[in-house]
Amino acid sequence: MDKVKVAILGSGNIGTDLMYKLLKSPGHMELVAVVGIDPASEGLARARALGLEASPEGIAYLLERPEIRIVFDATSAKAHVRHAKLLREAGKIAIDLTPAARGPYVVPPVNLKEHLDKDNVNLITCGGQATIPLVHAVHRVAPLRYAEMVSTVASRSAGPGTRQNIDEFTFTTARGLEAIGGAERGKAIIILNPAEPPILMTNTVRVIPAEEPPDREAVVASVRAMEAEVQAYVPGYRLKADPVFERLPTPWGERTVVSMLLEVEGAGDYLPRYAGNLDIMTASARRVGEVFAQHLLGRSAEEVRA
Amino acid sequence: MSWSLEGARPPVVVDTTLRDGSHAHRHQYTPEEARAIARALDEAGVYAIEVSHGDGLGGSSLQYGFSRTEEMELIRAVREVVQRAKVAALLLPGIGTRKELKEAVAAGIQMVRIATQCTEADISEQHFGMAKEMGLEAVGFLMMSHMRPPEFLAEQALLMEGYGADVVYIVDSAGAMLPSEAYARVRALKGALTRAKVGFHAHNNLGLAIGNTLAALAAGADWVDGTLRGYGAGAGNAATEVLAAVLDKVGLNPGLDVFKLLDAAEYVMGPILHFQPYPDRDSVAIGYAGVYSTFLLHAKRIGRELGVDPLAILLELGRRQAVAGQEDWILRVALELKEKESGALAD
Repeated sequence: MDKVKVAILGSGNIGTDLMYKLLKSPGHMELVAVVGIDPASEGLARARALGLEASPEGIAYLLERPEIRIVFDATSAKAHVRHAKLLREAGKIAIDLTPAARGPYVVPPVNLKEHLDKDNVNLITCGGQATIPLVHAVHRVAPLRYAEMVSTVASRSAGPGTRQNIDEFTFTTARGLEAIGGAERGKAIIILNPAEPPILMTNTVRVIPAEEPPDREAVVASVRAMEAEVQAYVPGYRLKADPVFERLPTPWGERTVVSMLLEVEGAGDYLPRYAGNLDIMTASARRVGEVFAQHLLGRSAEEVRA
Repeated sequence: MSWSLEGARPPVVVDTTLRDGSHAHRHQYTPEEARAIARALDEAGVYAIEVSHGDGLGGSSLQYGFSRTEEMELIRAVREVVQRAKVAALLLPGIGTRKELKEAVAAGIQMVRIATQCTEADISEQHFGMAKEMGLEAVGFLMMSHMRPPEFLAEQALLMEGYGADVVYIVDSAGAMLPSEAYARVRALKGALTRAKVGFHAHNNLGLAIGNTLAALAAGADWVDGTLRGYGAGAGNAATEVLAAVLDKVGLNPGLDVFKLLDAAEYVMGPILHFQPYPDRDSVAIGYAGVYSTFLLHAKRIGRELGVDPLAILLELGRRQAVAGQEDWILRVALELKEKESGALAD
């Protein structure tokens, strides 16, 4: 089988977890290199031990390697702004796991196929990857006036980047609920829970359809179908129950509110299982990479398995 | 334990009827109500009046309840009538953002209280930075402080002080503390902080709001909170009018007009109350289990709708170490308890 050569930029926790995922399920990709900037990083040591090229030279190492077609950027928003330009000039496709958002937002089962002609795509946020599919699933059968998500993640799984820029999580995720999910208005809330043992990532998605009454059976079927689609690339993605329908006071009068209770258990490839929020980013990145790889190998957008 | 008020000083008193009381009021304050309450508080001499959604700026949501009146309009209404008191708003990073903070400054706040779960102070750095940049008095809130020991809280308070906090509060969000615990926590902060003042915010779920506030004062607290009629989440807060009377009797009245506050509680607040918070069955359960006081009305509603005892829901949330702002876990737990119950019946 033909394979597309790919590399990971960033040898921290996310980059390392992604490395294990790409080695476990390479699909149409061949991971050749992991690149960082810290020669002492554990991620680089692990990559080397697994027989991959491992370089502390940063992006420069990749720019001289035309055969590497896809680069996953798991560094930081600030670094990606610089990387985006260099990768574009080098003719590579960038899959951006940082909040930099130089390219369009993608959520694999929702809009990825629309962006296979782009050279840079962004994975929004962990909460966005978890909740936008469900918002879209309701929206496609009952257009939405409002969508709200609450993401609760284990304190231990929230790194310094998230902590110092927590506003960016809420802005970006809310925009994603609107732009990709389809809601007229989006609201995002994130909560860090310090419980020991750490909790799994839980997400609550609540939406208000524009038209009353929504077709309950259609909503439930659409949401369950979407759950299965996401499970295909994030095995620990599961709804706690069927969507719950309630009548509640809202700024638009008393309305039907649909609540979806989701939890995401990580695959434990490198990061602990409770860190579903990190797992869904690396699993989504792998899926995006796989679809781009198939596309580069000549399959049309209709033919690729998203 | 023995402590005394001998070394205590008259505290700065902040009234949060228009913020914490928003929970009890199901976020239904009107501008007229806000003006009436603020005017009475201002005339009675409170240092600051906090106004915003109960869960802080940007809290209007399905998760916490939508506001009847847009909170910036409430802030403007309060600003209009207040002569002496400072106008404050609450902000919980993760819920509200710098966008709402800027809007609140434009609407007239002079103080922001920035609240995090007591283990997560490091998510507040950007908000403190911005607050100081905009010239606000900046106050840190360590919510659910009963969940961690005094030395741990002191470290978190030092982070907030480092970010620019002028005051850091021990916040007994669950109304779960005993006087000795309030005392030890305030004491730890007093010992650790070099510049910032120390505050205490009480809830009355175990009937200890005033008692804990006195214990905090004995430990050196500089700032304390109240609400008229104790109107707040759970069994409510230390009632501002009771606090004023008590402070006056122990010689620590910072200049509050006790009788004006009694009138405000009786004649302004009384007719507005949806209900009088008190340590009812479910509120005591909140204090006993150590869960967030604002869960009260949500747990009652969901319990009623699903036929699950709210007390059982609240105790289970305590067992799971739910933290501030996790109202969505109430439905989650209620559904699980219901399922368990029907499973048990099927057996």
